[in-house]
Amino acid sequence: MARALRRIGADGENLVASYLEAQGIAIVARNWRIKEGEIDLVARDGAMLLFVEVKSRTSSRYGHPLEAITPIKALRLQRLALAWIATHDQWGADYRIDCAAVHFRSGLKPEVEYRAGVL
Amino acid sequence: MTLARTQSIALIGLHGELVDIEVDISDGLPGYSLLGLPDAALMESKERVRSAIHNSGAQWPNKRVTVSLSPAWLHKSGSGFDLPIAVALLIAQGIVTKVNHDFQVIMGELSLDGSIKPIRGVLPALIAAQELGIESAIIPAENLAETRGLTRLKPIPFSHLSQVLQYLQEGVIPDVDLKQPVLHVPELKDLSEVVGQRSARFALEIAAIGGHHLLFLGPPGTGKTMLAERIPTVMPELNSQESLEVAAIHSIAGALAERQVDSRTPPFVAPHHTTTSTAMVGGGAHSIRPGACSLAHKGVLFIDEAPECNAGVLDALRQPLESGTVAISRVAGTIIFPADFLLVLAANPCPCGRFNGRGLACTCSSVQIRRYMQKISGPLLDRIDIRSYVEVPSRLELSAIEPGESSAVVRARVIQGREVAAERFKADSWKLNSRIPASQLRHKYRASREAMAFLHAELDHERLSARGYHKVLRTSWSIADRRGSTIPGLQDVQDAHRLREGSQIL
Repeated sequence: MARALRRIGADGENLVASYLEAQGIAIVARNWRIKEGEIDLVARDGAMLLFVEVKSRTSSRYGHPLEAITPIKALRLQRLALAWIATHDQWGADYRIDCAAVHFRSGLKPEVEYRAGVL
Repeated sequence: MTLARTQSIALIGLHGELVDIEVDISDGLPGYSLLGLPDAALMESKERVRSAIHNSGAQWPNKRVTVSLSPAWLHKSGSGFDLPIAVALLIAQGIVTKVNHDFQVIMGELSLDGSIKPIRGVLPALIAAQELGIESAIIPAENLAETRGLTRLKPIPFSHLSQVLQYLQEGVIPDVDLKQPVLHVPELKDLSEVVGQRSARFALEIAAIGGHHLLFLGPPGTGKTMLAERIPTVMPELNSQESLEVAAIHSIAGALAERQVDSRTPPFVAPHHTTTSTAMVGGGAHSIRPGACSLAHKGVLFIDEAPECNAGVLDALRQPLESGTVAISRVAGTIIFPADFLLVLAANPCPCGRFNGRGLACTCSSVQIRRYMQKISGPLLDRIDIRSYVEVPSRLELSAIEPGESSAVVRARVIQGREVAAERFKADSWKLNSRIPASQLRHKYRASREAMAFLHAELDHERLSARGYHKVLRTSWSIADRRGSTIPGLQDVQDAHRLREGSQIL
């Protein structure tokens, strides 16, 4: 079960990565992890750094996927983004925090819902 | 469209303020923020609106939702904003299009299944809307009964959010299953049921003519409450303006179950003697509600066992007795409710209640009796023009076959008396004899020469204080009006003097 869930998560991240690459946005890092948490995707759109949180769901029984991002989790995304900038010596870079929801519905093509600059 | 606007009414006391409800849906994490000083009940609207929208077959936007209620400085309270918020959300999502809401206000509480629940204060809110030139209002179906008095504004009742949706999309006004609210209107009593009590009947009639506040004194079981309950039946009926005003106060207090909205009978309110001063004059921490004395506006406020009232409760009535209004100040601001009532107090003559005639059966000491009566403070007694002893009815009276005079007969005389007074006070700012200012009593509204001579003699013998002098004069005008004479004569003034003293007349 746990493995299946991880699969869904990874599939979702792959889908979002291809979604971004299709728009000419380069993926810089995936699943960058430190003690405090993980950034699913880091991408670069020109001078702008994008930090992307991906939420995948197979049903909407527990509400919209993006509702899972509570204000506390949103703040953590902010801190993680700054941590990435610090460790990669990108001080002063423009950055943005995006969220993407991936809906897997049986029998249908997975659907990516991308929201830019959510914080 | 991601931005939408609807309108509703916020109540500050009886005064209604037009409130704009703006909803903006923007990209971002799903969230909901409500701006514009909402109270706790209003904060919870989010959960109600969300479930109601869901259960009406529409979509909740999983985006950032900002709801703003303006004017932003005004404290808003209650659940009546649920429906206008929900409608604005539906418009902002594009589910409802091509609507022009400038002519319309919306109010109503939503339940989770999308049905619309009744709210308090619909009537005063719609009166305010009507004055602002609003033409129609979407209201909860169960509140429809209380909107009968409105002339220019058309209320449209709904019982479910999906019906509102249908109405806004297609203009279909649904057939709403109108449940008539269950009324607990007390049945009207009649003065003919009162046996004997000629003196108290006279006092009651004079009080109704001149709007004089009244104190009934007498042993338990003599009919003080019975008499007081019948005072509204001898008072003139309310006009449509007054009736609407009284209904509006009852609407805010959520007390319309006890009163028909278009009732012309003056209200009768009898708070228990253990009541608090907040319940008496109005108040409350969150939403300020009118108290007993506002519910008795244009009617009778009856307090039985007045000396048993908690300290301060009776004295809290001094301001409304003076000004006819109550000003209640709380953190949220100051609210003024009308409170123009006829005060009727009832008291036993002593703590044991058996002081009758010469007081042979009474077991109280004279100190006890004095202390008991002192519970009604001097300044309050000052406002009471008439004191009436209600005696134990005699055997002869109890066995009388003929009923006493009916309320209708007495009311006819009261109306006649008031008409005489109204004619006299045409150029003045007051309408009732009890409201004649003291200075006018000494000049324009003096009694006849011999009556004044009698009063001056009483003053000289210190049987009458200066204050009593004015009160006797006011009451004498009401007695004269009852007789239809143009100026109080000696007999009228002497009767008024006895009414003030509480001695027997007739």
